[in-house]
Amino acid sequence: MTEYKSGSNLEKVLKAGHFAVTGECGPPRGANVELVRKKAQYLKGYVDAVNVTDNQTAVVRLSSWATCLILKQEGLDPTFQMVCRDRNRLAMQSDILGVAAHGIKNMLCLSGDHQTFGDHPEAKNVYDIDSIQLISMVKKMRDEGKFLNGEPIDVPPKLFIGAACNPFAEPYEFRVYRLAKKINAGADFIQTQCIFNMKRFREFMKRVVDMGLHERCYILAGITPLKSVGMARYMATKVPGMDVPEEIIKRLKGAGKGKAAEEGIKIAVEQIQELKEMEGIAGIHLMAIEWEERVPEIVKAAGLYPRPKVD
Amino acid sequence: MIVAEQKPINEILDMIKDLKKVLVVGCKGCVTVCNVGGEKEVSILATSIRIARKKQKKEVEVGEKVLERQCDPEYIEELKDIIDDYEGVISLACGVGPQFIAERFPEKLVFPAVNTKFIGGAIEHGVWAERCAGCGECVIHYYGGMCPIARCSKSLMNGPCGGSNHGKCEVSPEIDCIWDKIVRKLMAQGRLDDLLKIRPPKSWLTARDGGPRKMVREELAK
Repeated sequence: MTEYKSGSNLEKVLKAGHFAVTGECGPPRGANVELVRKKAQYLKGYVDAVNVTDNQTAVVRLSSWATCLILKQEGLDPTFQMVCRDRNRLAMQSDILGVAAHGIKNMLCLSGDHQTFGDHPEAKNVYDIDSIQLISMVKKMRDEGKFLNGEPIDVPPKLFIGAACNPFAEPYEFRVYRLAKKINAGADFIQTQCIFNMKRFREFMKRVVDMGLHERCYILAGITPLKSVGMARYMATKVPGMDVPEEIIKRLKGAGKGKAAEEGIKIAVEQIQELKEMEGIAGIHLMAIEWEERVPEIVKAAGLYPRPKVD
Repeated sequence: MIVAEQKPINEILDMIKDLKKVLVVGCKGCVTVCNVGGEKEVSILATSIRIARKKQKKEVEVGEKVLERQCDPEYIEELKDIIDDYEGVISLACGVGPQFIAERFPEKLVFPAVNTKFIGGAIEHGVWAERCAGCGECVIHYYGGMCPIARCSKSLMNGPCGGSNHGKCEVSPEIDCIWDKIVRKLMAQGRLDDLLKIRPPKSWLTARDGGPRKMVREELAK
């Protein structure tokens, strides 16, 4: 019998050696449960797990854990995201226990976008601990059954621990080392920032493989289909740490009026085809931002459907 | 030093709108060095108040005084002989000064004329930058002599985050990404091993989070 850290569907799929597909679900700006259920239906059967963002871009939304519970009811394997911006170590540990108690088995640990980006820029930030310290803390809770202060936990939370990696942010030469730090801290899987510059990503992965980091955790490559030239430009200029090469923008433009979206999906599928063959890549993380309804066709076109069932 | 900036004159005028006699008190410490609360600024503020109130046809008597330091009761005592001539005091010191004055002279109204900004220094003439968060446990030696607690927008102890952009912080192009500088310096010094160490969560007990702080040195305290 395979030993699992949490036994989540994502962990099972990865451990069985399948090329994983994870999706993303941005919670609504309200208690719109029906919208969450609708998004869940688009993703169900097409992804192995679904990340639920935690007040992404520092905008208030339905909480990640609450949205995770709805997705779980819908039969999906949710990945609870937690940022360090809004909670201190007490609130973090309490919510970690909370999601585990409700059967959520994946968790992604992030620093979080700074609150000045969001809809409450006057907010006090927390950053009691950082993302790497958060990874260590979850691992300690799970593997040692201890809180950060060393005291024992009555039934430790079993979570498959994820972390993010941005190969495109500066200083470039350090990014592979920061990835190593996250793995050393206890990350079981990594989801990368959206990849548009495949050349730079190939170079990055070569370093990852040279250092053997891919053998110590599962690396899922981040893919975001571009809907329009405007979106590509926005990503290129307004989103920190995003690298959208001019040739991608040209390709979307060249597709002609009303066809940029189709071209965007085509680009994403081509990227996935290449990533399937890339050494060190264990799967993809498909972030179809407010475009969940197109996930099924992308997954199918990439030859990743049906999704494996592992018991 | 403590870096401060003067409040808008209208805000100060509004604070003292019902008073007829006020004393403007400067400080020869940090606020003199950062050109906000020394002798010159006391004189300018006092004059501005007089002119503004004259225009409003609500003339006011404004006294001027500069203390050696407002963070020391010994110097606050110098106000004893003159303060009774005034209804209120406008302090141009950092947040400490007006509190010391208010504590010593409980019957007087005390107003802050500056906003205290941060612990920092002048990086060029007329430009000051934050350098210390006063967290109570200095760790800058791990970071090439740069403080990520004060100088990283997220106070990351294991940075940089994914928002580092051409050496600048995701929060603003005006803010240097201190982690970019830390990484480059330590790598240039051949200290990759230090960068790879996972720095554990900080105890904020020594910071403001442990409650308002006080320090006692037995050998000096009576």
